Amino acid sequence: MTSFPFASYIVAAAFAVAAITMIAGALIAVLSKRIIRGVGGLMICCIGLAGLYYFLQSPFLALMEILIYVGAVCVTIVFGVMLSEPDEPKPTDRVADLFGAIPIRSGRFGLWGAAAAFLVCTLIGIGIARLSLGGPWPVAPARVSDGSVAAIGIALLTTYSLAFELISLVLLLAILGALVIARSGRTKPPSTAHDQLGILAAQVTAPAPPSDTHPLVSTTAGHEPETAPR
Amino acid sequence: MTFLNLEPIRILLYVVAICAFVGLNAAYLVLAERKIAGRVQRRPGPNEAGWGGLMQPFADVGKLLAKQILVPAGTDTLLYRMAPLMVMAPPMLCLMAVPYAEHFVARDLNLGLLFVFSFGSINVMALMLGGWASRNKYSIISSARVVSQNVAYEIPMLLVVITLLMITGTMSLQEITVQQAGGFWHWNVFRVWVNPLMPVTFIIFFICMLAETNRAPFDMAEAESELVAGVFTEYGGMGFGVFFMAEYSNIVVGCCLATVLFFGGWQSPIGILSGGAWGLVWFMLKTYALITTVMWVRWTFPRTQFYLLLNLSWKILIPISLFTLLLTGAMLKLPLLWKALF
Repeated sequence: MTSFPFASYIVAAAFAVAAITMIAGALIAVLSKRIIRGVGGLMICCIGLAGLYYFLQSPFLALMEILIYVGAVCVTIVFGVMLSEPDEPKPTDRVADLFGAIPIRSGRFGLWGAAAAFLVCTLIGIGIARLSLGGPWPVAPARVSDGSVAAIGIALLTTYSLAFELISLVLLLAILGALVIARSGRTKPPSTAHDQLGILAAQVTAPAPPSDTHPLVSTTAGHEPETAPR
Repeated sequence: MTFLNLEPIRILLYVVAICAFVGLNAAYLVLAERKIAGRVQRRPGPNEAGWGGLMQPFADVGKLLAKQILVPAGTDTLLYRMAPLMVMAPPMLCLMAVPYAEHFVARDLNLGLLFVFSFGSINVMALMLGGWASRNKYSIISSARVVSQNVAYEIPMLLVVITLLMITGTMSLQEITVQQAGGFWHWNVFRVWVNPLMPVTFIIFFICMLAETNRAPFDMAEAESELVAGVFTEYGGMGFGVFFMAEYSNIVVGCCLATVLFFGGWQSPIGILSGGAWGLVWFMLKTYALITTVMWVRWTFPRTQFYLLLNLSWKILIPISLFTLLLTGAMLKLPLLWKALF
């Protein structure tokens, strides 16, 4: 790279592209009123962040950022939005447009709320700035491991094993919660004892799926949805 | 020549070459698809333009380029225009990491496999945004389908790839290829002494690839018999064309990956005619054989129903791939345990 003319400028430009992408994505995510555009901004922000990770010599982290945050988290958010509400933005006045997402029209808190939020943000910003500028940096930023699969696996199962196990516990709980939520609406609660008996009888005497059908079909023959395309 | 060997110039040349390859390849894969469809359905297919239809892609591209780009009223204009862009960029990036021959790779990343998967995962987001921005009920149904389908099939695909990763121990695509040297019995797909289920693993990978690239029999995103054209309903002209180019590029990426992971990449199957440009020849032969299989599958099987598609993933593919993962781990590590104990 050193022999190439303007190499350092190219590297600086690439860094600038990553940083600007991240900041622009974050601004879009915060300022846009359509929630889907906000998620799009979040996605752009994550891609920029991945670029910054790459500059910090962590290609594995950069790629995981894209795989998980863009490929999974953003997709999940959009999916949730799609299933929940239409995102037609409500008509707002000019002042609110100027200030983006700040809800100036709301009567009781109005500008005071915005001012308080600004104050809190400023305090947090000053605190973080003081910490990062004044506090000691004990370890110089350096490459910890070679980023290979083996190194990451060893780190996950030795140094960070507690965090690893906690994350797996959280994920397990999430799966169980999803199962509970999904199962709760599936079977109609029987209203009377008679109905309950009837359902039980139907379950006991339900005919086995015909054996001459395709194996894929037979696995689902029990609970075919009513709206299945014929 | 020293100027061309400089890293930035080399990368730039590769980018230009990949752009040209993606365009031409998509155009001619459309022709191949139509020819194969004709063959399967006992009709000639396109045979008027050029020699036996060879100029048909240029006629198609000319038609698409000449069309006005129309943004229908009521759409989310920005996202509507962004979606084709976002769907096109990731497969091109993925092609940068694929080793086509021994010394013919744009950037030999030591995390190449992860690179391809992470950028491949943007595809679903782009399709979904396109469908959402169209503000059309068919498009929105279709984008909901795209998401649930891709989420469902990403899991067995990643499980299969992790199985493979346990065997190879590296994420560098070049290194995985080098490990499979010395004849077709060393290819990962035939390594039954490491794991007797390796061929099954490949079949799971192939099915997931079909589903991830939205190809028939899993083309729920398009499903023209029920959803007009699914996500692409409101797109016309080159917007539609770009979506198609992206679909074919994704197929190429998937088949390249299958070639590298399971069929020895640029390695010769019989040990002779290897090295140098022969590597490229073998790689392309294997990849295009797989692509032809993808098309053959499309025109052979009818489209499945949506809930059958999801059941196939959640009830069949994921349990099998989990079992393969466990079996591989056991077969790799149990001998060590045996040695340590006795």
